[in-house]
Amino acid sequence: MKAFATLFAALDGTTKTGAKLAALTHYFQTAPEADRLWTIALLSGRRPKRSVNATELRLWAAEAAHLPLWLFEEAYAVTGDLAETIAHILPPPATASDRSLTATITFLASLTGHPPEARRAAIFAAWNELVPTERFLFNKLLTGGFRMGVSQGLMTRALATATGQDEATLAHRLMGDWSPQTTTFAALTAGAGDTGTGDTGAGSRPYPFALAAQLEGGPETLGDPADWRAEWKWDGIRGQLVHRAGAFALWSRGEELVTDRFPEFAPLADFLPQGTVVDGEILAWGSNRPLPFAQLQPRIGRKTVPKKLLTEAPARLLAYDLLEENGQDLRPLPYDTRRARLAALLADLPPTLPIALSLDVPFTDWASLSETRATSRSEMAEGIMLKRAASPYHVGRKRGDWWKWKLDPWSVDAVMIYAQSGHGRRAGLFTDFTFALRDGNDLVPFTKAYSGLTDAEFAEITRWVGKNTLERFGPVRRVTPELVFEIAFEGIQKSPRHKSGLALRFPRMARWRRDKGVDGIDTLASLHALLTATSG
Amino acid sequence: MTALLTFTDRGIYCPDGDFFIDPWRPVPRALVTHGHSDHARRGHGQYLCTHQALPVIRHRLGEITASGIAYGERRRIGGVTVSFHPAGHVPGSAQIRVERAGEVWVVSGDYKTEADGLAEAFDPVPCHAFITECTFGLPVFRWQPQAQVMAGIGAWWAANAALGRPSIIGAYSFGKAQRLMAGLTPQGPILTHGAVEDVTTILRSQGYALPETTRVTPGIDARSHPGALVIAPPSALGSVWARRFQNADEAFASGWMALRGIRRRRALGTGFTVSDHADWDGLNTAIRATGCERVFVTHGYTGPFRRWLAEQGYDAGIVETAYGDEEEETAPVAEAHP
Repeated sequence: MKAFATLFAALDGTTKTGAKLAALTHYFQTAPEADRLWTIALLSGRRPKRSVNATELRLWAAEAAHLPLWLFEEAYAVTGDLAETIAHILPPPATASDRSLTATITFLASLTGHPPEARRAAIFAAWNELVPTERFLFNKLLTGGFRMGVSQGLMTRALATATGQDEATLAHRLMGDWSPQTTTFAALTAGAGDTGTGDTGAGSRPYPFALAAQLEGGPETLGDPADWRAEWKWDGIRGQLVHRAGAFALWSRGEELVTDRFPEFAPLADFLPQGTVVDGEILAWGSNRPLPFAQLQPRIGRKTVPKKLLTEAPARLLAYDLLEENGQDLRPLPYDTRRARLAALLADLPPTLPIALSLDVPFTDWASLSETRATSRSEMAEGIMLKRAASPYHVGRKRGDWWKWKLDPWSVDAVMIYAQSGHGRRAGLFTDFTFALRDGNDLVPFTKAYSGLTDAEFAEITRWVGKNTLERFGPVRRVTPELVFEIAFEGIQKSPRHKSGLALRFPRMARWRRDKGVDGIDTLASLHALLTATSG
Repeated sequence: MTALLTFTDRGIYCPDGDFFIDPWRPVPRALVTHGHSDHARRGHGQYLCTHQALPVIRHRLGEITASGIAYGERRRIGGVTVSFHPAGHVPGSAQIRVERAGEVWVVSGDYKTEADGLAEAFDPVPCHAFITECTFGLPVFRWQPQAQVMAGIGAWWAANAALGRPSIIGAYSFGKAQRLMAGLTPQGPILTHGAVEDVTTILRSQGYALPETTRVTPGIDARSHPGALVIAPPSALGSVWARRFQNADEAFASGWMALRGIRRRRALGTGFTVSDHADWDGLNTAIRATGCERVFVTHGYTGPFRRWLAEQGYDAGIVETAYGDEEEETAPVAEAHP
């Protein structure tokens, strides 16, 4: 753990990209290969299975520290991080050890299935031989939530420097459902495990998704409209459909394999030729247009899908790009060329299949496109996507060729009624708020929001919460209904589960309305009117 | 009979001696534990503090009527006897002991239990009632031994110097700044911000052993002093003032750096956990060492700390004060004043 702890300290101790890159590169050149592999896995969100739950950990840590549980909870509320709290409250280690990262993970995996007493004893022993930084990392491995302030892009760059491999090739190799148990560092970075021709033959492995940047202001700065293509920006799940010899897979943007959650796509394997990769949006589909995102949501947390869901909200893939055809990587080709091939490919398919081209939104000048964009909501879209006709399919978010031009959000003014403190970087600050609207004489909670304010504003509100707490429920404070915020949101849906009868999509605080008091907030009826108007 | 010390909206008051201890509103007579601005305030009629604390207090408050007292010297004020005892917080800092007919109360002021080699080392004072700060009164706060922390800061400085870049460390200008310069192994020039240098000059002239330092003036920059350590108040980090040290690596020395969330929130890469307050073990050790039965906790995590002490068998209460924490600009505001 020492080498890994040193790497972590270096990454955590700087905000400079150059320094992070240097530390990672050094680690990827010097650490044992098995540890390098696990580090890549951790930094790309491939976590080891949890062998202990958070409740057990709290109890055990309080016990090991000889402290009452309530005091442990107070300390946890201040640090905002379970792993960190435990790392600090335990007495100093009695012995020392230097188990490698891989050995530590293997040790943790070996705990699974043992009775609590045995797991407790093993973890007590491990805590007792680690210094606080190592203990912190050990606890992070135990609890699963690992964030080290390193983006996948940065890690890939360091790996490219350390191995001398091409960065884009590496980015592609790191995609997909590998795990440290199924590959080796050499195989992963050198592509030794690949089969078939070139890089693209590698089973069901997807390509790194091209991502669009937010277009602020209008598109006038983009130049000649003739160089650009427009599509609707759908509100679904980004997906990549991969069909190769012996492999049929649907990947979500989070590199999660979601094939089994969308069984309706299975017939596509019989119709799409092998060596095809399509990028598109997965949507719940009504008779001739998308259903609200809420209809798609039940699929996300499930491994299998009940029949009812399949008939009520069948999924459809609106395809917008063709990344591979006949086993050939098309990504370097211009967008127009890829689109033409995609259209030709889809035109040959029976119309009953749940796949279709995400149609172009025709336009001649920016002004007319702006008018079209204003109608996005009635098309069940969030706005417009703009893609440069001549652009290749980039790896990740490269500014300049792909833009999302979203509609301005809706907004309401609401009053804060509950506050809860945040975690991680926001530990000790009240950042998670519940808001209410007026309904006759009552204030009815209708949404939560966590983002949109500056740290200084959060600090100010935190001091205010300290003085205006009416009641405490564990970590939650009920506060005087006094502070008014403009809540912006992207969509609104009926929700019988909520007291307000509705649910918002992407709510956040657009600004703190210091000029308004609780008398000036909006009514619940106004939101219900909006709901009726849009779901019509 | 009235209580030996009472708690008023102006501060801790001794009716029998008719004086206040570290009052936060103007009073005729104030006994002051140390020179930090939340304890030594303007506007009092008379000040009494240790001889060692006086020069900095005069520097900070200007024209005041003040007198000094030696550590351990017993002085009769009205119906009580007072004396000042080392608190180990900053040079000249004291706990104040008040005695009446064999009954002893002690006001801790701010304190730390580990000797830092500069401030007069903390000396536990037996008492019946102890009024203690608890800035870091939660068990997540455990300081490393000073030698280990200084070695860490020294290694950071050396690594920067090897790359030819200055190291700027943010530290409170009275106390922390001098503790760093005295505690670090010399390995190059030490430059100081004006606010730090003013206090350093005073302490040096009092006889505190401080290394040579150079005030940052126009013309002093990254090129003239490539491998220097620059000690500046935390507010100078990232400021226009700091820009003359191009390429400098910045760090911050504070007890709050123990919390990763706070370190990340300040977007400061490097944080060194150095505090002039007692940590969890320090607070508990100090309280036990007084042999007291009653404890009043003042600024810090008063709620949980009081409950903890009550569970340990103490008669424990909370006293609301207006004391902050000289490091408070970085404090976690949510729970610092529960």
